[in-house]
Amino acid sequence: MNTLTNSVGAVEPQRAHFDTPLTLAGGGVLPAFDLVYETYGELNASRSNAVLVCHALSGNHHVAGRYADDPKSVGWWDNLVGPGKPLDTRRFFVVGVNNLGGCYGSTGPVTINPASGKPWGADFPVVVVEDWVAAQARLADRLGIESWAAVIGGSLGGMQAMQWALEYPERIRHALVIASAPKLTAQNIAFNEVARQAILSDPDFHGGHYYEHGVVPVRGLRLARMIGHITYLSDDQMAEKFGRKLRQGDLQFSYDVDFEIESYLRYQGDKFAGYFDANTYLIATKALDYFDPARDYGGNLAAALARARADFLVVSFSTDWRFAPERSREIVYGLVHNGLDVSYAEIECSAGHDSFLLDDPHYHAVMRAYFEGIKT
Amino acid sequence: MTNVLGRFDFDVIAKWIRPGEKVLDLGCGDGSLLRYLKDEKGVLGYGVDNDPDNVLACIRNGVNVIQIDLEAGLSGIEDGFFDHVVMSLSLQTVRHTERLLAEMLRVGREAVVSFPNFGQRSHREAIAEGRMPVSKSLPYQWYNSPNVRFFTMADFEALCAERGIVLRERLGFDGEATVTEDLNLNASIAVYRLGKAG
Repeated sequence: MNTLTNSVGAVEPQRAHFDTPLTLAGGGVLPAFDLVYETYGELNASRSNAVLVCHALSGNHHVAGRYADDPKSVGWWDNLVGPGKPLDTRRFFVVGVNNLGGCYGSTGPVTINPASGKPWGADFPVVVVEDWVAAQARLADRLGIESWAAVIGGSLGGMQAMQWALEYPERIRHALVIASAPKLTAQNIAFNEVARQAILSDPDFHGGHYYEHGVVPVRGLRLARMIGHITYLSDDQMAEKFGRKLRQGDLQFSYDVDFEIESYLRYQGDKFAGYFDANTYLIATKALDYFDPARDYGGNLAAALARARADFLVVSFSTDWRFAPERSREIVYGLVHNGLDVSYAEIECSAGHDSFLLDDPHYHAVMRAYFEGIKT
Repeated sequence: MTNVLGRFDFDVIAKWIRPGEKVLDLGCGDGSLLRYLKDEKGVLGYGVDNDPDNVLACIRNGVNVIQIDLEAGLSGIEDGFFDHVVMSLSLQTVRHTERLLAEMLRVGREAVVSFPNFGQRSHREAIAEGRMPVSKSLPYQWYNSPNVRFFTMADFEALCAERGIVLRERLGFDGEATVTEDLNLNASIAVYRLGKAG
């Protein structure tokens, strides 16, 4: 599908400032904060058609459309959100928000700490999914949204949708949990730790206060993104896309790029290190690692989900080994055992974890059908 | 597959289900039965199907559906969670028949199964004439049939006896007509209500 068809068109981010202190899961308090967000479509008179889109590890508030001054700035879930698309902005009022600790304008490590007049850097508290959702609830209040028709997210975004259903059961009617998990496995945490170590051990990291030194831990961020990318793709897809194709037709007998996959990873790493913030990356990986709603219930997920009242759609992808279908099924059974309405689709797709961002026709048909069934 | 018999099959199954029950429908197809049970009996229903088109159809139908492979069992579901576990005209399409029957009675208080009876007269006659049966209840050729298990009502009842599965009720149909005499010979469709011994 051409992503420019059925687009919400030119969009502009907005900013909301919050003065009431926010107590964080980790124990600290944010005295005040800003959230940057975008909206698409119109909130209806009864304010019953609002959908919150939660972003994943490196995402942001720019979910759909483009910025007027940059035709390439297409939102990260533009293939899903727009007029006539599965999440149809002719029916729904869609909100995208950059989470706390992010690096796209919301209060985070790169913004100024009012107490010091300098960027927060490593002094910015480790914020987690619970904090993000609490901040999002403030935004909902501000926008006059008492209850979301739906909260949707992929991966780490799906964890936020789950957390909404647990923390604010009366404020969310549907939760769409895509390519996500009720908690990370040891293997999954291990990948995050390698990414963190890459950043933390970069000499340019300066204990997280690199802004003051006028540098960025580029090497660490590159490595973090490279390892992440490997885990977001499937073996099959990598074989299909790159195989053992050589960059220059023959082996170089050097440590420069031989294989196309090396070139691809370096390109992705460089690109990412050029725009993303290392401290934000550290925070977001910790938020992933810490998410575990069953922790306070002796590991019993069904007991943790007992508070939820929303209807759920859970979707996984056959080749996603970072957030495997098995993890999604745990969520599904936890919901079933609470007698909650839930549907679960396991999409056959070769693209691994990244599948959730693609527009596989069956996947999008499922999403469209589910959104069509949501009453506003 | 649920749709093959239409409303008539639903009525039979619905009679055995009380309002508000928790129902699991294995091989739920487009979710018509669950839609019917939800509308008529207010049940809390979940369908299970592994066909992507059926999953989509259920979501369009406003019915809960869980996409899993029945051959892999129902291990994620707690013992005795469901009041009824229904399997309408799908038992013959599953390879691990015995294990699945046990699973149905593990997660459910009762099981309701229906299947085409290979023992029906016209099927016996086809075999006697040297050909595999093709009929309204067995509409497939041997080379394109989704059915992988071929059994009669007598075969099924023998398995139940051997495994301690109690036959609580048994109905036979030929078309929409109820069969009263010699079900294994006259019924093209068998419907059973099953329970655990003890």
